[in-house]
Amino acid sequence: MKALRLHAELDAVWRTPRTWKGILTNVNHSDLGLRFMIAATVYFAIGGVLAMLIRAQLATPRSAFVGPEIFNQLFTMHGSLMMFMFAIPFFEGLAMYMLPKLLGSRDLAFPRLSAFGWWCYLFGGFILIVAMVLGLAPDGGWFMYTPLASKTYTPGINADVWLLGITFVEISAVCASIELTVSILKLRAPGMSLGRMPIFAWYILVTALMMVIGFPPLILASTLLEVERAFGWPFFDPTRGGHPLLWQHLFWLFGHPEVYIIFLPAAGVVSTVLPVMVRHPLIGYGWVVGSILALGFFSFGLWVHHMFATGIPHLALAFFSAASALVAVPTVVQIFAWLATMWAGRPQMRLPMLYISGFFFIFLLGGLTGVMLAMVPFNWQVHDTAFVTAHLHYVLIGGFIFPMMAGLYYWLPRLTGRMSHPLLGRLGFWLTFVGFNLTFLVMHLTGLLGMPRRVYTYDAGMGWDWPNLISSLGSFVLTIGFAAALIDIVLAVAFGRRSPRNPWRASTLEWALPTPVPSYNLASLPQVETSDPLDRRHDLAAALAVGDGYLGRVRSGLRETTGVAIASGRLSEIVVLPGNSWLPIVTAAVTGCFFLAMLFGFYWLAPVALIAVIVLAWHWAGSLGSRADLGPIDAGRGERAPAHHEMKEAPGWWGSVFALTADATFFMSLLFGYAFLATVAPGWPPPSLVEPSLLAGGTLVAATLLAWWAERAGFAAMQAGMARRARLGLGIALAAVTVALAALIAFGWLGLPSPRIHAYGAVVWVLVAYGGVHLVIALVMLAFVWRRLLQGYVSPARLLEPRIANLWLRYAVVANLIMLVVVSLPGIASWRW
Amino acid sequence: MLLGLSALSFIVIFGIFILAWRRDRSRKVRLRLFLIGGGLVFPLVLLTIATVYGVALGERITGARTSPSLTVEARAERWHWQFTRQTGRGSVTRPNVLHIPAGRTVEVIVTSSDVIHSFWVPRLAGKIDAIPGMRNRILLRADIPGRYNGVCAEFCGTGHTAMNFSVVAHDADGWAAHDKDVLP
Ligand code: HEM
Ligand SMILES: [Cu+2]
Ligand SMILES: [Cu+2]
Repeated sequence: MKALRLHAELDAVWRTPRTWKGILTNVNHSDLGLRFMIAATVYFAIGGVLAMLIRAQLATPRSAFVGPEIFNQLFTMHGSLMMFMFAIPFFEGLAMYMLPKLLGSRDLAFPRLSAFGWWCYLFGGFILIVAMVLGLAPDGGWFMYTPLASKTYTPGINADVWLLGITFVEISAVCASIELTVSILKLRAPGMSLGRMPIFAWYILVTALMMVIGFPPLILASTLLEVERAFGWPFFDPTRGGHPLLWQHLFWLFGHPEVYIIFLPAAGVVSTVLPVMVRHPLIGYGWVVGSILALGFFSFGLWVHHMFATGIPHLALAFFSAASALVAVPTVVQIFAWLATMWAGRPQMRLPMLYISGFFFIFLLGGLTGVMLAMVPFNWQVHDTAFVTAHLHYVLIGGFIFPMMAGLYYWLPRLTGRMSHPLLGRLGFWLTFVGFNLTFLVMHLTGLLGMPRRVYTYDAGMGWDWPNLISSLGSFVLTIGFAAALIDIVLAVAFGRRSPRNPWRASTLEWALPTPVPSYNLASLPQVETSDPLDRRHDLAAALAVGDGYLGRVRSGLRETTGVAIASGRLSEIVVLPGNSWLPIVTAAVTGCFFLAMLFGFYWLAPVALIAVIVLAWHWAGSLGSRADLGPIDAGRGERAPAHHEMKEAPGWWGSVFALTADATFFMSLLFGYAFLATVAPGWPPPSLVEPSLLAGGTLVAATLLAWWAERAGFAAMQAGMARRARLGLGIALAAVTVALAALIAFGWLGLPSPRIHAYGAVVWVLVAYGGVHLVIALVMLAFVWRRLLQGYVSPARLLEPRIANLWLRYAVVANLIMLVVVSLPGIASWRW
Repeated sequence: MLLGLSALSFIVIFGIFILAWRRDRSRKVRLRLFLIGGGLVFPLVLLTIATVYGVALGERITGARTSPSLTVEARAERWHWQFTRQTGRGSVTRPNVLHIPAGRTVEVIVTSSDVIHSFWVPRLAGKIDAIPGMRNRILLRADIPGRYNGVCAEFCGTGHTAMNFSVVAHDADGWAAHDKDVLP
């Protein structure tokens, strides 16, 4: 009875109504996670159909099914959809759905950000799909090498569709990465220290951190290329001081970690599911955590192995070759941890385990061909042939799809409360497995026989006819296999046998939730004492349902969950989460307007959209917070903790830290690009250097330092509760940032060369623009804090917002000073007043 | 070599995977054996061998120490190749067919006038990209006279598939005749 009443109370606060309004304003992580997974599956199906068309064309020599124009769109869209619209969103969805349940939390740290990411993903996908239906799809390959993708050689809108559509989707990925990082670090059940976290959370943590650092280089590359295409700033044009390889460096700086970003979550599924299937806890937990950390770290040092044939000196290639080989080691450590676990346990061939076995077989082969490709001479021979196509599908399908299928079948009872049909699932597996190997094993041979990739046809008599025909037949078997698995899952959802609550007798918390999953996940949150909470306490689920854990109550209609100290997992705060909101979808739509304005060349509209985004962001931040100090509140189980606004390092602060990390990576990639062009590109030194204006530069330095100082004084006053002094400090800081912005504009105007003539001018203008954007952000944030101070949202106990503004202001100051030095130094001799 | 190492690793790892399914084995796990032996030592040894071998081979192929007997420029343009040879009496440019003497090492300087292409003669050497603004270098050596097919190996647009060329390696007599033919 108590459980029912508690359910009714919590549900009233957390529920999303089943109406149109409910669908559009929903911020619940379970719903959004499912949406991501379903949409990603739709994109997988679309990408799969494109693959079938590719294989149909290549089945026979001199086939006239499609011409090169269409074929180029086919493989470009296939690759782009699979990488950006399927693989990443799919695991994001899975992580969003599962993580709070695994960690014993009620939602993710920034529910509205999840929703915003979802709408960006949806709208960005529309741009790509509509373009494809209209026959305007990108056609430069999924890595869009310049100069082929530059305006001269791709004059149409096709490349812009890729650059803008994919960047739009990337915003969603970056949001998800920050969201997941902070949620794992801060939003767990009390007592769950880092060392007791389910291993899956470690994998997603490392993956999310890699995304924080990995995506900015690609966003930078896309921005530069789009600016080059739209306004003629020659970053990649070798006739005007640019360099085509700049694109490749930036792209693969993202692209190689991307491969691990896709693989790690899948490996996380293996590390979660395999121990349950063999009835033994994972052996070598610490080793596995260490090896994924190492993997995440080293994967950023390998990007050049995609560029072995670009004429980089052999010594450098040898270095990257060795590094690429070395990165196999952490993966082998994981493999042996899995093998040891199997050895200690009693493996059972249930369906998830069958998929894991398929993964072992396929991924192992893919990894081995990967090591072969890391050997430079071999790479020169097979680079850009069908061998590489085969390798990458062994890694991606073997290393991503098979484990994800295992995970899907493993968590199916969790997702739907039902079990699937034992026979149909196995049939699906075997068709997929056989079809896959038929298609791609042979493709290794085709590549060794010299068939390049991305060719729309070939002549008979090169020895390529039979292998291609076999590949094409195999790919149809593969598709039938996927279709069977899909039908199996749909049938299970509709008619499957009801499953017991914990059908695999697993030990992680997600199996303590009732089915269907309540809007608030757990009626009260557990105290976690071991790494396998369900094994120790079989009555845990029932105890939590009646409110025996933390937060088993509703406090003034707020959505609450527990926040913990990062390492120890001690209860540190009660995090108050926002409810359903229109802001995410509206903000995503306005962001979409920006991208469409860029796409169709309505450049006047783009800034308008950006201003609208700022206004929305203001409301977004303004709708949270509290006007009263509450002090520690009752958290259940006899413990008390403050609300998160009264904490120094609340989730929002950490969110800013990671957003700034991404931002700093963007900046460093930009500086790298500048250094690269200056040292490698033809046509340097440029015809004219910056003539730095001493007055403007000096004012910029003085004003930013003044802002730093004044904000600090204002913050100290807020800490001391002196509102008037605080307003004075903030006011001076605001004025100083405004002056700094004016000085920056003057600096650019007076001394910078035109951005259209030489890549040098283009790069320094981008650097100045970067500084300017950050001054504007700091300005808006300071104004926001000023306003919040007036409205009474800030007190000596409630300093979260000033602390966040402080981070951004300081970043803006440092970035501007670095920028100023970098831009001024080369032309310092020709300074002027 | 590479294939052998790969096969060995596959057999070891997948072998253990298969053996783990046997029901009548001991379930004692020697942690060090698995994690240090299998996870660290095993891959490190094999990878070191492979990498050293690969780097040594690469050094030989790039031929830091061999001096070529002839230098030609290969210029890629959507969608064909121009091969230019500097001689004492001026330069000769020919489209899509590269003539070389058999049994001698030829240096090809590869560049492009528009987008990135890649110069590849599968039976003679690895590939090297033709990048506008860069002059890359590759060594070719055909020991047996004859005609070898070459392709463009970097996607370069709609004509990519058809951007073939050929290399004709002449024996000593043939080369002399060819020389006389092309030189004014
Ligand atoms: C459903 C089964 C699949 C089949 C039959 C298939 C088939 C193919 C084929 C034949 C190509 C080569 C086109 C060419 O170069 O001529 C290709 C390229 C590619 N595939 Fe797949 N693929 C499948 C699934 C996937 C998945 C799941 C992913 C990623 C998660 C993926 C990622 C890629 C990428 C990145 C390329 C390179 C595209 C480019 O060259 O720009 N594929 N695929
Ligand atoms: Cu070409
Ligand atoms: Cu080409």
